[in-house]
Amino acid sequence: MGFELLPLTKQKLKMEKWIVRSLFLVTTFLFIPVFLIFAVLFIKGAPALTLNFIFSNPLQGMTAGGIFPAIVGTFWLVFLSLLFSCPLGVVAAIYLNEYARDNLFTRIINLAIINLAGVPSIVYSLFGLGAFVLFFNLGTSILSASLTLAVMNLPIIITSTREALLAIPRSFREACWNVGASRWQTLWYVVLPNAIPGILTGVIFSVGRAAGETAAILFTGVAFYLPFLPESVFDQSMALSMHLYTISTQVVGVPESFTYGTALVLILLVLLVNTASILIRSYFRSHRKW
Amino acid sequence: MSPATTFPVKLKEKIRIERLRVSYGDNQVIKGLDLTVYKNEILAIIGPAQSGKSTLLKCINRMSDFIPELKVEGDIILDGKSIFDVKDSTIIRRRIGMVSPLPVGLPLSIRDNVTFAPRVAGCKNKLIQEEIMEDCLRKAALWDEVKDRLDALATKLSGGQQQRLTIARALSHFPEVLCLDEFSIAIDPVTTMRIEEVLKKLKDELTIILVTNVNHQARRLANRTAMMLEGELLEVGETEKLFSGHGDHDKTREYIEGLFG
Repeated sequence: MGFELLPLTKQKLKMEKWIVRSLFLVTTFLFIPVFLIFAVLFIKGAPALTLNFIFSNPLQGMTAGGIFPAIVGTFWLVFLSLLFSCPLGVVAAIYLNEYARDNLFTRIINLAIINLAGVPSIVYSLFGLGAFVLFFNLGTSILSASLTLAVMNLPIIITSTREALLAIPRSFREACWNVGASRWQTLWYVVLPNAIPGILTGVIFSVGRAAGETAAILFTGVAFYLPFLPESVFDQSMALSMHLYTISTQVVGVPESFTYGTALVLILLVLLVNTASILIRSYFRSHRKW
Repeated sequence: MSPATTFPVKLKEKIRIERLRVSYGDNQVIKGLDLTVYKNEILAIIGPAQSGKSTLLKCINRMSDFIPELKVEGDIILDGKSIFDVKDSTIIRRRIGMVSPLPVGLPLSIRDNVTFAPRVAGCKNKLIQEEIMEDCLRKAALWDEVKDRLDALATKLSGGQQQRLTIARALSHFPEVLCLDEFSIAIDPVTTMRIEEVLKKLKDELTIILVTNVNHQARRLANRTAMMLEGELLEVGETEKLFSGHGDHDKTREYIEGLFG
């Protein structure tokens, strides 16, 4: 017997080759829409991208000028909503994963989180209007809008943090408990430092969602047209996503490059934040400890 | 010198297990077990798989607290006091060192692995930490291999080295009782013998419970040997008596001779 391939083996290898080819093809197809979106936005929006466009207020009913208040507003919203949702989400995930017993109460909470993730964002907006704007009397403000976004992003952060915690082997925890460490010491010294990359993944997702979300901030804190910058979190503000919606559907006579330019700025901003997070994450990953 | 001749003259009770029953759901894994462990002895626990040896160890240091589906009845008395009456179970775990069958290097440096227990116990003095670390690593026969790279990641050590690291970690909180659950499963024979020598010396300072599947190991080390079968203590007696075929039960003799298991 030599090393000649049997007919059946040949057939198997051939099929293997075709499977790899088709998987590659499907993956490539998925890349095409992303590429096209970027290409179209860039070609049509790039001419509008001047310093003046980025750093000045909208003028003449948004048909001229720039989008600076919207950029600032989006920054506020993303930053504030993360400020609320990250600590809350991480703490809730830690409790659910490391401390909670498997009882009816925990199951109800888990069910609630899964369902929250599926609620349409316009419903969040109505909730925010009822709860933050009216009940807590925060008014239509950046604060209300951020809180609404935070509630919307909580399920994502909770779920990704739980996944990250689950990925730390139980044997590490048991080794810590065995030498007399409490649950909290185990978490603090061993589990959390190694779960950070996974937790950041959730944060990355929620940055994109908070920046791009339009419906959730519609009734809660974002204005159509507000040609000056917010002075505190109790002011209303503009936001890129909302501004894009407004100038593409509600206002007549907006130059096409403005619409595409705004979209390009929004996407670049999200990309910028995501790149930063991905860099941090890959730093932690390259320092993986097992 | 057979271990039997080194048996302490004056027996002082260290751990007394009373009518211990443990079940996972409907599955009873320990069915009413009474056993006394004396101070400064090495007690070997032998028996086929699934006989409840590891579960017994989990109860002794109250790791059972972390397994919600585990139901424990009966009592375990450590130095005259029930371990289940202690509110803060970390105190119990500090007094009882535990070496698990599979080596676990925590994802920390070698130094931090061994100083972890002193640090979580509140020792902030770096000099004392270093001293404890060197002492424990020497006892676990690992010092010479790692002394030049104490800041390297423990998870990058070989399996055998990690196992010895686990032993060093178990010694780093100065336990009164050291439980070893098949510690030699991942280490080579030479290192095994070195650790066995260490255990013989450690016996003067502490009490050792050794769960093992290697019958020769029990014979080499243990003063007394306990035979467990299907969640019950079949018998316990002086090691030589059991291993020379003078045990009270035929099953013990058959297990030792390798007729079942």
